[in-house]
Amino acid sequence: MNHWAFIIAAYGLTALGTAGVLLWSYLDMRRAEKAVTDLETRK
Amino acid sequence: MHAYANPARFLKLARPLTPVCVGVGLLLVLLGSYVGLFLTPPDYLQGDTVRIMYIHVPAAWLGMGGWTGIAIASIVQLVWRHPLAGVAGRAIAAPGALFTAICLITGSIWGRPTWGTWWEWDGRMTSMLVLLFLYFAYMALANASDERTTVSRATAIFGIVGAINIPIINRSVVWWNSLHQGPSITLRGSSISSEILWPLLPTVIGFSLLFGGIVLMRMRANLADAKVEARMRRMAAS
Repeated sequence: MNHWAFIIAAYGLTALGTAGVLLWSYLDMRRAEKAVTDLETRK
Repeated sequence: MHAYANPARFLKLARPLTPVCVGVGLLLVLLGSYVGLFLTPPDYLQGDTVRIMYIHVPAAWLGMGGWTGIAIASIVQLVWRHPLAGVAGRAIAAPGALFTAICLITGSIWGRPTWGTWWEWDGRMTSMLVLLFLYFAYMALANASDERTTVSRATAIFGIVGAINIPIINRSVVWWNSLHQGPSITLRGSSISSEILWPLLPTVIGFSLLFGGIVLMRMRANLADAKVEARMRRMAAS
């Protein structure tokens, strides 16, 4: 049995999941902090 | 701890810390993964599948560590009413669930060539799956309230009660017969050869820093959302 297919699948899914949650959290943070800045400049 | 009860003071620290956690974390994960994938020798029994350990073990520790963090945040919220405890509990839940899922998936992928099965309902795997469901339930409870800077009393109590599962996961391979091997890394040392073991250190530190970076970003997002909501409410009232 070729072990590398299993290793690539494990690392690939880990990279996808981690990158996905990192990006989601980053975009959510940027959206929220931009809303604060917009509100502060509006007044 | 109470020095950072002020969100403004916390944000002053969190803003420069976030890119450091993410940047250094990514570098360490890439370094540890490269060494673990291409430079370390295969295990004499498991062959190349041992390389999955460099992501599976940090994911398992962070899944359990995340819930320990939720339990501590819940106690701090209920006992000291620290204004950031609820924000922290909320922020930990998503990366905690992510790393618990990664632990389960990578363990299952490792199990197929090593044990000949994707899944076995033994103590370690079942208690880890219970942890994933606990995370989902915590997120559902926390999101049931519109309040972004705290979690309800019931959610905080759930965070503390759910921590019962952590020692069960830890001791499961000792208490019950399991396909999963016994503890390989303890406070007394490790049964794994040092030339295979050492890349685990950069991946554990790297994934922990990434976890910290995600928590900081989610805390900042929740605090910013709460600030906007409060200001909108004040503007609507005036």
